[in-house]
Amino acid sequence: MQKFEISNVPIQVDEVTEKVTSRNAGAITVFIGTVREMTKGKKTLSLEYEAYPPMAIKMFEQIEAEMLEKWPETKLAITHRVGKLDISDIAVVIAVSSPHRKVAYEANEFAIDRIKQIVPIWKKEHWEDGTAWIGDQLENVPYPDGSPKEVPHD
Amino acid sequence: MIKLLLFSYLRETIGQEELAIEASNWTIAELKQHIEKTYDVALQQTMTAVNEQFATDATVLKDDDVVAFIPPISGG
Repeated sequence: MQKFEISNVPIQVDEVTEKVTSRNAGAITVFIGTVREMTKGKKTLSLEYEAYPPMAIKMFEQIEAEMLEKWPETKLAITHRVGKLDISDIAVVIAVSSPHRKVAYEANEFAIDRIKQIVPIWKKEHWEDGTAWIGDQLENVPYPDGSPKEVPHD
Repeated sequence: MIKLLLFSYLRETIGQEELAIEASNWTIAELKQHIEKTYDVALQQTMTAVNEQFATDATVLKDDDVVAFIPPISGG
């Protein structure tokens, strides 16, 4: 059983949750990231995720190590989807178990924040009027001027 | 010879998933300059990984390294 996976087929939430079950756990939090239709007034038709899988897995393991340093009794499992996704499809599932509720929430949010910082996964939005690789969700790593923010359909 | 992996818009702009380059003993900064000149792309915001770990512009490459340019990420 792999705690961390990159999947090109739909994610089964229960399978991710199952990986963190523990007799020591008093709480399991599950974060499900889904594909949103409207972003800043722009309508997404579908999107595409690409990953650098071996490095992504290593970065998930790094996030786990950081989490265990902060909250030693937690357990973590993450599956991230790649390929083409439609609106409402599941892009990522993060499960965290902990003896107590508050830490389970905090550690889960820590995991998604770190994913957005260090895990090599990219999202390409397909809109009605074009496509673009998104790189500035946190607004701290914007694409430089002059690089293609938006390219026309083939 | 090193292997350079390309993702996201860099893969699409350059039109290749990977390149083999005689870049042993180059720094990452030198490799970036070479790619910027050769393919007319901007890499200031691109992070770099060597053998699946983040590396700095000062890192010196050696034969058989697997280098990956990591454009701004957007997972989650």
